[in-house]
Amino acid sequence: MKKLATSLLSLALLAGLGIAQAGAQENHEAAGAEAHAEGATPHYPIHHPKNVKWSFAGPFGHYDKQQLQRGLKIYTEVCSACHSMQLLPFRTLEDLGYSEAQVKAFAANYQVQDGPNDEGEMFERAGVPSDHFPSPFPNTQAAAAANNGAAPPDFSLIGKARGITRGFPQFVVDIFTQYQEGGPDYIYSLITGYQEPPQGVEVPEGGHYNPYFANAASLAMAPPIADDQVTFDDGSPQTVDQYAKDVSAFLMWAAEPHLEERKRTGFMVMVFLVIFSGLIYLTKKSVYANKGH
Amino acid sequence: MSGHSSYQPSTGIERWIDQRLPLPRMVYDSFVAYPVPRNLNYAYTFGAMLSVMLIVQILSGVVLAMHYTASTAEAFVSVEKIMRDVNHGWLLRYMHSNGASFFFIAVYLHIARGLYYGSYKAPREILWILGVVIYLLMMATGFMGYVLPWGQMSFWGATVITGFFTAFPLVGEWIQQFLLGGFAVDQPTLNRFFSLHYLLPFMIAGVVVLHVWALHVTGQTNPTGVEVKSKTDTVPFTPYATLKDAFGVSVFLIVYAWFIFYMPNYLGHPDNYIPADALKTPAHIVPEWYYLPFYAMLRAITFNVGPIDSKLGGVLVMFGSIIILFFLPWLDTSKVRSAVYRPWYKLFFWIFVANSIFLGWLGAMPAEGGGLIALLFGGDLKGNYVGYSQLGTLYYFGFFLVIMPLLGLFETPRRIPNSITEAVLEQQSKKAGSATPEPAKATV
Repeated sequence: MKKLATSLLSLALLAGLGIAQAGAQENHEAAGAEAHAEGATPHYPIHHPKNVKWSFAGPFGHYDKQQLQRGLKIYTEVCSACHSMQLLPFRTLEDLGYSEAQVKAFAANYQVQDGPNDEGEMFERAGVPSDHFPSPFPNTQAAAAANNGAAPPDFSLIGKARGITRGFPQFVVDIFTQYQEGGPDYIYSLITGYQEPPQGVEVPEGGHYNPYFANAASLAMAPPIADDQVTFDDGSPQTVDQYAKDVSAFLMWAAEPHLEERKRTGFMVMVFLVIFSGLIYLTKKSVYANKGH
Repeated sequence: MSGHSSYQPSTGIERWIDQRLPLPRMVYDSFVAYPVPRNLNYAYTFGAMLSVMLIVQILSGVVLAMHYTASTAEAFVSVEKIMRDVNHGWLLRYMHSNGASFFFIAVYLHIARGLYYGSYKAPREILWILGVVIYLLMMATGFMGYVLPWGQMSFWGATVITGFFTAFPLVGEWIQQFLLGGFAVDQPTLNRFFSLHYLLPFMIAGVVVLHVWALHVTGQTNPTGVEVKSKTDTVPFTPYATLKDAFGVSVFLIVYAWFIFYMPNYLGHPDNYIPADALKTPAHIVPEWYYLPFYAMLRAITFNVGPIDSKLGGVLVMFGSIIILFFLPWLDTSKVRSAVYRPWYKLFFWIFVANSIFLGWLGAMPAEGGGLIALLFGGDLKGNYVGYSQLGTLYYFGFFLVIMPLLGLFETPRRIPNSITEAVLEQQSKKAGSATPEPAKATV
């Protein structure tokens, strides 16, 4: 009786969620096709992000150092023209497989402001590993002024600061598949998602149509990268698709540099806890068995 | 079950301490010899989990506070410093942020257990009320803790939630400014939230002591709801309850670790990795998941009732949904304690659990849709979140204010065993037949 009631209830609940969710989906599609024709609240993004297979996904996930190095190259040659990465010191680049000397040389490529010196003057000097990536603009206002009024976001945490709600029942499934790659999936989809606006969709002045953008049908950033723009020396394809993957992986690392350590520790903790639980359970069983009646 | 103490100090030192401060005696009587009903199931292990979580939160929090800077200019960066540069800082921080969620998961299961087995009924009213006080303190602590990283959701969540108070006529604005320490969420807000976030857990610990004290006076309930009558009804806390608790806690920790190590950001919101910006409102301001059912009820009130506008109405409904828990012992008119012997109550209880989860989901959805009338009579089923929220709110309050009082009058309970021992023996003899009924385990 109880079982029946509970299963009926869970069914009813699922059905309820399903109906409501179907409504949400429909709104999504409608928002894309008819834009804001009827004044209904449009839902963005128009398309859910594409799911990319990442090396760092799952319980044994780890970063692909080659890929991170390519991502760093893309960031320095392309993205860093507009996007800062203030929280990252150069020294952390050793995580990408570079030697101390390489990191030193990399840092020395940058001029950073230091000071004041004994005369009270600010001065420029070559970067050292403890310096952070210098920002392309002196302040947010300058960044906004140079970019149509919208300051390009900082990239230190962008790998975790973006993510599209997955909806029911996906968000339940995600608990079991350990899906945590909403950030890189979103970045990849955005970079590769630029396209011609469909018939009847007005793109505002200075906007670029992209159905993967989280907040609107178009965004101020033009397609940031083109095929063959960055040269890879490891033979990886020089395509927008590959660039997007590499830079997304790099940004995930930038946002979560201890991911590998975390998952490694997690595995040991899990093994311990499972064995511990098993032992406790057996102890409990034997104590209860000896209780007598 | 405060009875005679059976503690026997066995060494000279123990005797010496016992005559001066009988703390070992108290611990022995409360956690070793303390008799617990012999039929407790795993639904009774959430208290142990909650104790563990409180300790985890306080310990990790104390260390985090050593590295955290409560300044609007530096809070966000100091948290990132913890994540990046402090040794195992990422672990501490993820333990703490997910710990809050798991604290709430445990407390919701604990509350559901109390609802199912009628743990709030006489003579345990004060025990229950103290529990509701702890829950309220947890809500306040969790909310203020979420503000500390000074991300977008921190800032805007604080703005929205303190804004609720402005709904109250005359004093509302004063209360809001008192909470914020100014006219908007800013440095004074962050400072006082940090101070209170550090203070409240110790207040929780204090009320927990009272909660456990009250528990040890009345004794635990048990799945039959029949009070302990003889010695055969009980087993000593150690080793029986201790081991069962230890196993429950250990399994709970597996799930907790799953989140800390493999999906630490699943329960958070991506926007909180964007530094707070008073000039940019996020598209959707969503509170932490554990407040979502209440948030859904707040937003369900989209209409004015006489002099009460929808905003005040929503706030009243939200606060009322928690305040009502204080009156539970007197709203339930049934003489029977456990849902095991109350077929109708059991049904309504499970609907209540499902409804709460459903409300939680609705709380995360945008407040859109035609409302309840359109839902029921206009066929507006799709995406009518407001309508579903109103239906859920109605059931939430109906459960406490209508169903509970009336069921006690009309429901015919099943036969109740004379004693715990009888129930246990009955079950053992039946064991060959059907499986033993599982305890109330609501998943959140």
